[in-house]
Amino acid sequence: MSQNAADRSFEGRLDRNALAALVASDIPHGAYVNLGIGQPTLVSNYLAPGSGVTLHTENGMLGMGPEAHGDEVDLDLINAGKIPVTELPGASYFHHADSFAMMRGGHLDICVLGAYQVSATGDLANWHTGTPGAIPAVGGAMDLAIGARDTFVMMNLLTRDGQSKLVPECTYPLTGLGCVSRVYTDLAVFLIEPDGAVVRESFGIGFEQLQELVPVLLRQ
Amino acid sequence: MLTISDNAMEAVADIPDGATVLIGGFGPAGQPVELIEALVQSGTSGLTVVNNNAGNGEVGLAALIGAGRVRKIICSFPRQHDSHHFDAKYRAGQIELELVPQGNLAERIRTAGAGIGAFFTPTGYGTPLAEGKEVREIDGRHYVLEYPIRADYALIKAYRGDEAGNLVYRKTARNFGPVMATAARTTIAQVHELVPLGGIDPEVVVTPGVYVSRLVLVPREAAPEPEEGQ
Repeated sequence: MSQNAADRSFEGRLDRNALAALVASDIPHGAYVNLGIGQPTLVSNYLAPGSGVTLHTENGMLGMGPEAHGDEVDLDLINAGKIPVTELPGASYFHHADSFAMMRGGHLDICVLGAYQVSATGDLANWHTGTPGAIPAVGGAMDLAIGARDTFVMMNLLTRDGQSKLVPECTYPLTGLGCVSRVYTDLAVFLIEPDGAVVRESFGIGFEQLQELVPVLLRQ
Repeated sequence: MLTISDNAMEAVADIPDGATVLIGGFGPAGQPVELIEALVQSGTSGLTVVNNNAGNGEVGLAALIGAGRVRKIICSFPRQHDSHHFDAKYRAGQIELELVPQGNLAERIRTAGAGIGAFFTPTGYGTPLAEGKEVREIDGRHYVLEYPIRADYALIKAYRGDEAGNLVYRKTARNFGPVMATAARTTIAQVHELVPLGGIDPEVVVTPGVYVSRLVLVPREAAPEPEEGQ
């Protein structure tokens, strides 16, 4: 199935911003959260000032504010994607070993990551396609995936050629085993539970049609 | 005993060919560019370099790699939009890459400085980056055995140093500096400000002077005066 065909088929699907708003609305008041590079970064646009959510960036900061512009730009103050950001009142700085101890030690409530594939048991593949000649880079993905108390994934459900990215077993190199608890996609939100994947809600597609697309036994 | 070097060239002059060198910074933030450029000028080669990345653009670590001085790099995230010097050397088979998850990289450096023999970490378990490594199940969770990364030299950048070698950093430019300072036999720090004893409140010292062998003053050029560093 081409992407265009997929677009036409699912008119109620969520766009990236609507999906980011949905993730933001599911983050509890007062949570400590790490947002991965790329699509997950959009979530910060939908965290209300009164949300009480504190953002962590693995290069050594809690209380990260929005992207810096103009005179705010300070090359000593960047996020994990090396984009200049700002600090909020109550922010703190710490070195890299402390930052990852914070993560690995289970002190962060939620991290939101992108993915190439997620398995029915919550295995995550998001760092390397395994393509010959590709230069591998992992960054903090493996630490984040297994460190935060909850790992949420944000991705399109289908690849460009219509293949489900929620799979029985990942075929790309793994980032972490059994670490994903929730998968937010343009077509549905999946809860990864000990006995399998549960569809929490879907967008522009019925359960039967979703089950036809996803080669993993789904429950409602 | 702390030495205050007159310039970056003097500070790095004794780093020999084949040395293992920790280099601070996360991308450009906290990268001790002037110390690295001095290393390029000194001609030292065959280096094993430890950094989060593998150089950005044309300066600092990118220049060192571009000049063919790095035999091996240990890092978490080599490939970036501006890592063309590394990319070219890697594709030509002229540089060895050891890819380490970022938290394991930081902890391997921290444990080297803390005198730990090895440690079990959950990060990487079941992934290609743990292949061939010893694993253990502890209280129902799986861990991978990782070893410290000790180095001959560390090159780091701090915001302010005093004549006892105490350092404070600035914002996210702190990153790997404090742990790298502990893990090398000789730690060389470039600072934007060098102040007399008593010039840094002892309560806010991040790196105590015991970890620092050499300081060199590299003032910020033509940059707007930053607010008070912590």
